[in-house]
Amino acid sequence: MTTALFYLFSIFLLGSALFVVLNRHPVYSVVMLVFSFANLAGIYFLLEAYFIGILQVLVYAGAIMVLFLFVVMLLNVSPERPRARWVPLDRWWFGAVALVFVISLGALLVRGVGQLPSARSEVPDGFGGITQIAEALFSRYLLPFETAALLLTVALVGTVFLAKRKI
Amino acid sequence: MSGFDIAAALVKVLLVFGVTMLTIMLMTLAERRVSAFMQYRLGPNRVGFGGLLQPLADGLKFLLKEDIIPTQANRPIYLLAPVIVMVPALMTMAVIPFGAPLQIGEHLVPLQVADLNIGVLYILALTSVGVYGLVLAGWGSGSKYPLLGGLRASAQLISYELAMGLSIIGVVMLTGGLTFGEIIAYQQETGWNIWKQPLAALIFLIAIFAETNRLPFDLTEAEQELVGGYHTEYSSLKFAMFYLSEYANMITASAFMVSLFFGGWDVPFVDELAMGGWGVALSVLAFVVKVGFFLFLYIWVRWTFPRFRYDQLMRLGWKVLLPLALVNVVLTGFWLVWRAGA
Amino acid sequence: MGSADILSTLPELVLIATALLLLVMESAAEPHRELLAATALGGLAIALVTALGYGADGLYYSGMLQVDPYARFVSALALVLAALAIMVAVPYLRRTLEERGEYYSLMLFATVGMLLMVKAQDLTMVFLGLELLSIPLYVLAGFYRHRSSSNEAGLKYLLLGAFAAGFFLFGIALLYGSTGTTSYSGMAQAINSGTELSRVLTLAGFGLLLVGFAFKVALAPFHMYAPDVYEGAPTSMSAFLSTGPKLAGFATLLKLIAVVFAGTMVHWWTAIWILAALTMTVGNLAALRQDSLKRMLAYSSVAHAGYLALAILVTNYDSGFAMLFYLTVYVLTTLAAFGIVSLLEEGEESAMPGVEACKGLARRNPWLAAAFTLALLSLAGFPPTAGFLGKFFLFNATLDAGYLWLVILAVLNSLVSVYYYLRPVVAMYMQPGKNTSALPIPRMLIPALLALAVVALGAGFIPAPLVHATASAISAIL
Repeated sequence: MTTALFYLFSIFLLGSALFVVLNRHPVYSVVMLVFSFANLAGIYFLLEAYFIGILQVLVYAGAIMVLFLFVVMLLNVSPERPRARWVPLDRWWFGAVALVFVISLGALLVRGVGQLPSARSEVPDGFGGITQIAEALFSRYLLPFETAALLLTVALVGTVFLAKRKI
Repeated sequence: MSGFDIAAALVKVLLVFGVTMLTIMLMTLAERRVSAFMQYRLGPNRVGFGGLLQPLADGLKFLLKEDIIPTQANRPIYLLAPVIVMVPALMTMAVIPFGAPLQIGEHLVPLQVADLNIGVLYILALTSVGVYGLVLAGWGSGSKYPLLGGLRASAQLISYELAMGLSIIGVVMLTGGLTFGEIIAYQQETGWNIWKQPLAALIFLIAIFAETNRLPFDLTEAEQELVGGYHTEYSSLKFAMFYLSEYANMITASAFMVSLFFGGWDVPFVDELAMGGWGVALSVLAFVVKVGFFLFLYIWVRWTFPRFRYDQLMRLGWKVLLPLALVNVVLTGFWLVWRAGA
Repeated sequence: MGSADILSTLPELVLIATALLLLVMESAAEPHRELLAATALGGLAIALVTALGYGADGLYYSGMLQVDPYARFVSALALVLAALAIMVAVPYLRRTLEERGEYYSLMLFATVGMLLMVKAQDLTMVFLGLELLSIPLYVLAGFYRHRSSSNEAGLKYLLLGAFAAGFFLFGIALLYGSTGTTSYSGMAQAINSGTELSRVLTLAGFGLLLVGFAFKVALAPFHMYAPDVYEGAPTSMSAFLSTGPKLAGFATLLKLIAVVFAGTMVHWWTAIWILAALTMTVGNLAALRQDSLKRMLAYSSVAHAGYLALAILVTNYDSGFAMLFYLTVYVLTTLAAFGIVSLLEEGEESAMPGVEACKGLARRNPWLAAAFTLALLSLAGFPPTAGFLGKFFLFNATLDAGYLWLVILAVLNSLVSVYYYLRPVVAMYMQPGKNTSALPIPRMLIPALLALAVVALGAGFIPAPLVHATASAISAIL
């Protein structure tokens, strides 16, 4: 059951991710990206990481991607210009370079994953719950947590500076 | 999982779904009747006793209307949007407990479809997904008024989601858990959260009005400016889906509010668990009454407050509610630390 | 977390506080802009004192940061670099009427990122430090919002930088999957004892990390953005862009390799060999063809990244010492060179100063011409300058490790580079310019020029102090 679900989510995840990259229509791409996030959340649920899974939906699918959609809609990429429906892959060297990269990294990953032990371990009680995550976040990972907050502040300052018409 | 559990779960799913749908129907009628009452008129009272069958007639009308897809519309998106709105709206009720646990034989059945260990976040996540429906409906219609409505919806919902989420944090900090079971049990022991988190409750109340696009925050469908907002171009069943999910969202929001701040199914000074079947019935009744009050409040507010201007809406969300919600979180934190020390 | 933890990050905290103060000062109703730079420099000075003097060496924040002589040396260099970059920026920003608190504030945030990177003892912190360094730089590259070239630079840097960050993160993920930890010590233990789950994943993870670093320090073929970004960015910013990320990137990468990956590097020698060879060749050959001074310096910085990659390839005590020495000389000379170029930029703001802008500079201001000559000679590696010593140490360490052909290639490249470094010198002294008005040196630029003189000439003639400082720093990790 879990395995079947895992493959289902994975196929949807990868399929929609490919769609995002290959399709030229920005709105479709955003919608499919949301769908792929939902599937990623599904995989997190299978790993019993419920909190992370729901955050994936809440933060990425629910908030960040809406802003993407918002921007795409505001830019109003007009369908008037004759545009290919899919990203053109006719420039062979693009494809060739990408293919070499994908194949080499893919081969490495396949070999590497093959080396991984297949034993599964039972997750401890309360795994992936807010208590555990909060404890990790505010003790061992306190500094990264605070640095991430600083990073967001900086990004905010930068965005306001660049985007605001009159400052 | 025994056969009994499966059967109980099925019954609960059907019950919650059925009651939600029924309440939606009643709400469409109540909206019109209460509006009429407030405006000193009668409202629809001909179909059935006191107009009770009016929603059925409306539903039938929706079914039989011609289903128009505008030529300018982007078909896949246009068709997808109502579904995206509808599904999360109906899914959210699943985690809200609507009564004290029921003892059947040796089984203790919680009156709740699913007690997720992240119940509160589950609702937030689903409502935030529902935003897509509005935005995509606005964009996919290929018409300017829906587009404006969709843009307003995305900006408004995201802005108020923040204040809403932060106002809940105060409650979660007190409770120490994200499940509704824990939150309600905590309130049974120590009194309703409204007394301990009044500021959060107020922020949450304002935020759910904005989240459900109700007056005074219904800028996404402001008739005078945008015709019908994001659903201008929708007709027939697809329009009905928007219509239904709006009311479904109101019901969920009211139930959410009740569970977080008003003790859920708890009746003060009464030990429902000790009273057996009657206690359960009492708790369900209490829940229904409380939710009913907030549903009435929705309509009440609608005819009491004028609509906000868009900049006022944004200012209220970002410059008033959000800082207040943050202050509330900090104050709660201080209080918890002080209490732990004392 | 205790007070010792807080004390160990005192420099960062001082910088953050100053940066926030600058933002508040800028948003005042009538901002006193003339105080901004002084405030920023004051913050940097306090941070420098605390970085050198306060707190004991050791691990902090449950093993997230490590304070040691190496981190202290690189932090101090980064702080000095940031201070000089701000001083270089002041006259430029004032002349172009763009002096704003955000510029200095973002510079300080970027500096915090650099400090965290070199102190990091965990890949999580490395990544966050890298981003904290990068995001302000994206904004600063596009700081001149009304110049399309600056906008282009900012956007290009952002898009490619985000792409590179993806590689970096993927690398961290693979390493975590293989070793079950992101801390340096944990990964080192797993790798050295051979208990990691998959050697292949470890290697792939390191490769992806390397790509992320290669982008930040502009190693070919990940250097494509560098000329465009350095050219389009405000010149005072190009000075920092071509030095800050290189300093933090190389210092962090060296520590990472020395502490964690030393045991697996044998698999990566060929790749780094090619990276180094390609980078110096591409950088130097491309620099030959540039007329714009900023582009020329940009390609020169790519070429220098290639030389520095030699130290990464070897990673022993000698090469590490040579890299620190080289980095110190490189960042201070490049900063001064860009500072001087920023003075030559006049009139049409879209016209980037070309080599002809140098014509007659010796008459307009002999001191400035002398300083520019010194910077260029040091970058080229002429004998009495410290640039020569740096190259000597570096090539010597590489040769000792047995990379004869690479050293030959590097020496040939250095010879090629002489041509383009000398072109502005020739223009300054031998060709009369159209503009003959005197070009006074702004007061704020004097410290940068002094630093140049001290490091390029002083360390060239009396290398002992710098050699001692770098040697004692490097002995902390190698």
